Amino acid sequence: MKRTVVALLLSAWAAAGWSAGGGLDLLTARTDVEDTASLQRGARIYVNYCLGCHSLSFMRYDRMGRDLGLGDEQVRENLLFAADKVTDPMTIAMRPEAAAKWFGVAPPDLSVTARAHGPDWLYSYLVTFYADPDPSRPFGVNNVVFGDVGMPHVLAPLQGWQEYVPGDVPEGAREVHAVGLAVDGDDVLVRKSATMPDGSHAAVTDRLTVAEPGEMAPGEYRGAMRDLVNFLVYAGEPSRLERQALGFWVVLFLIVLALILRALYKEYWKDVH
Amino acid sequence: MRSLLTGLLEWTDARFPLTKLWNEHLAHYYAPKNFNFWYFFGSLALLVLVLQIVTGIWLAMFYKPDAELAFESVEYIMRDVEWGWLIRYMHSTGASAFFIVVYLHMFRALLYGSYKAPRELLWIFGMLIYLCLMAEAFFGYLLPWGQMSYWGAQVIISLFGALPFGVGEALALWIRGDYVVSDATLSRFYALHVVGIPLVLLGLVAAHVMALHEVGSNNPDGVEIKKNKDANGIPMDGVPFHPYYTVKDLWGAGVFLVLFAIVVFYAPEFGGWFLESANFVPANPLQTPEHILPVWYFTPYYAILRAIPDKLTGVIAMFAATLIFFILPWLDRHPVKSVRYRSKLFALLLILFAVTFIVLGWLGTQPPTPGKSELGLRLGELYFAFFLMLWVYSKERTAGFSYRLFGALVVLLLIFDAIRYDEAKQGLMMLSALLPLGYFVTFLLLPVHTRLNESGVEPERVTS
Repeated sequence: MKRTVVALLLSAWAAAGWSAGGGLDLLTARTDVEDTASLQRGARIYVNYCLGCHSLSFMRYDRMGRDLGLGDEQVRENLLFAADKVTDPMTIAMRPEAAAKWFGVAPPDLSVTARAHGPDWLYSYLVTFYADPDPSRPFGVNNVVFGDVGMPHVLAPLQGWQEYVPGDVPEGAREVHAVGLAVDGDDVLVRKSATMPDGSHAAVTDRLTVAEPGEMAPGEYRGAMRDLVNFLVYAGEPSRLERQALGFWVVLFLIVLALILRALYKEYWKDVH
Repeated sequence: MRSLLTGLLEWTDARFPLTKLWNEHLAHYYAPKNFNFWYFFGSLALLVLVLQIVTGIWLAMFYKPDAELAFESVEYIMRDVEWGWLIRYMHSTGASAFFIVVYLHMFRALLYGSYKAPRELLWIFGMLIYLCLMAEAFFGYLLPWGQMSYWGAQVIISLFGALPFGVGEALALWIRGDYVVSDATLSRFYALHVVGIPLVLLGLVAAHVMALHEVGSNNPDGVEIKKNKDANGIPMDGVPFHPYYTVKDLWGAGVFLVLFAIVVFYAPEFGGWFLESANFVPANPLQTPEHILPVWYFTPYYAILRAIPDKLTGVIAMFAATLIFFILPWLDRHPVKSVRYRSKLFALLLILFAVTFIVLGWLGTQPPTPGKSELGLRLGELYFAFFLMLWVYSKERTAGFSYRLFGALVVLLLIFDAIRYDEAKQGLMMLSALLPLGYFVTFLLLPVHTRLNESGVEPERVTS
């Protein structure tokens, strides 16, 4: 609780910093690295769907297991498919040169991707894949947050296929640009702003809606993506759990120390006028 | 036991001036008794220096200065090295803390005229420390070998390329050791960051402290305490540095460490101000990031650089903005030191300078728009105008002098705006010109027509 208060105060203070949204109002991931069950679910999705192409090479299986409350045996049975030993890092077998040939670019390592892009961007990216029949798209898929993405929609078995339904653009609009994302029931909305000839702005709402259902209902899928992003936030900085737990005691100690030093100072300075 | 220790001390003192040094610099060094909040930052800077050196040594044990390994080795420190994350966050937070503390320390000197005679050399040593600190931060920022490290260094080094007659390109090439920032650059920056600059820095800090203890500390009243001594030759307004200021500075250090720990443990990235998100992507010479920004402590100067359309002029203005502090003791020659006894307009001048510096710092972090560039340029003008005003306020000026200078400055402003005239920005230029005009009216013409620039009288003895 105290930790949360301190963290909240600080984030409010530092909120003036920049975000990596590229001007688009992203969906909020609401991650919580202290939710171990969510991290475990996220790890499972990562290992099953992402680790084929995206290494997590700064992360070791046994370290992950310890932090996620799993024993080495559980890690071996549930998560260890791409390596031999639990002490191995989470690397992949695919060679970068071959990967670059298949996908255009080699799929990047995702160890610190959550720190580079931020959880909200990752979450928004993962829920805004849609079927794009444009023949120039190699995998028949596109993404709202990452336009013309090179990655196939590997999570389609879970999510199904979303269809992009454009909203009505008012007649004579000069320019239309996306301003933000929002969730509306099962759908994801892409809010846009159209600039009219008289300079006024009109709202346009495009819609991503599941046309071909997958294993998961839309809400369930979004929950799973939250778990996955949560796991990536953890993997970006495994020491985070330790740092926040330890920080409370360090700060408490230093406050007590500072008060004692203040008393010492007051005592010495009593006779100075 | 006691006699053994006394004996050891006597043995040492016969061979090394231990007691003498202790007394000269601590126990019998008299400091004014009226130091306030602003006087904590000198000793805090020393504390941060020690923290940076100790954490730096430990980081150097695990870091690999190799373009292939550098990024990975930082993550190795963050994950696999025992307490590596703590040491690394202390070092990265310490870099920003150093600049916060030093900027406050420098502002204190402006407030109380601490650079004035006989403390000019003390000030110059301090400025050299500041320059070293900037170099140290710049070299160190390349080491994590992320995108912002790489492209930040690329941009700053290419600034030297703006120098004319082929000198610039040759100089940039010599600094990089390659045609682009590369492994060669990383290795030499590492050498300079861990050995070269720290050695110079330590020497300068020693010189700074020795100069301080030679002339004695200034204080919020600007009173020279050595002028009022008792029968034993002890300053009546002074207290021995030890134990009085050692215990007081310990209390200051305690408060500082609480704030420092809160950042290290709960907000080490500080919302992107201390560790930028783009730096979590490994350096890629083939892909330029969307926005290239220096870290916050350089952004005021970066804003000045960017605001000036001509690159060479911009580079000169940026360096001038840093170096002009060196001649401060000879610009501001007003006999009254402390802002407490100087005019209201002088106080306003200082406040506006601080605001200018902070707003410039913010502008330096923003993607440039025409409005922001224009504001940056005008604030750059106010930045330099501050130093001119310090010179103007050094003595009583006649009405004729003030009006002639005002006229000359307006003409200068017009010439400069005519050179950079851009029809598309006409309205913006005219509107923003109100900033320097208002500034000059306030600080040059108000003293002629009001009593706002009348100084008070410095007291004989310190007041509190």
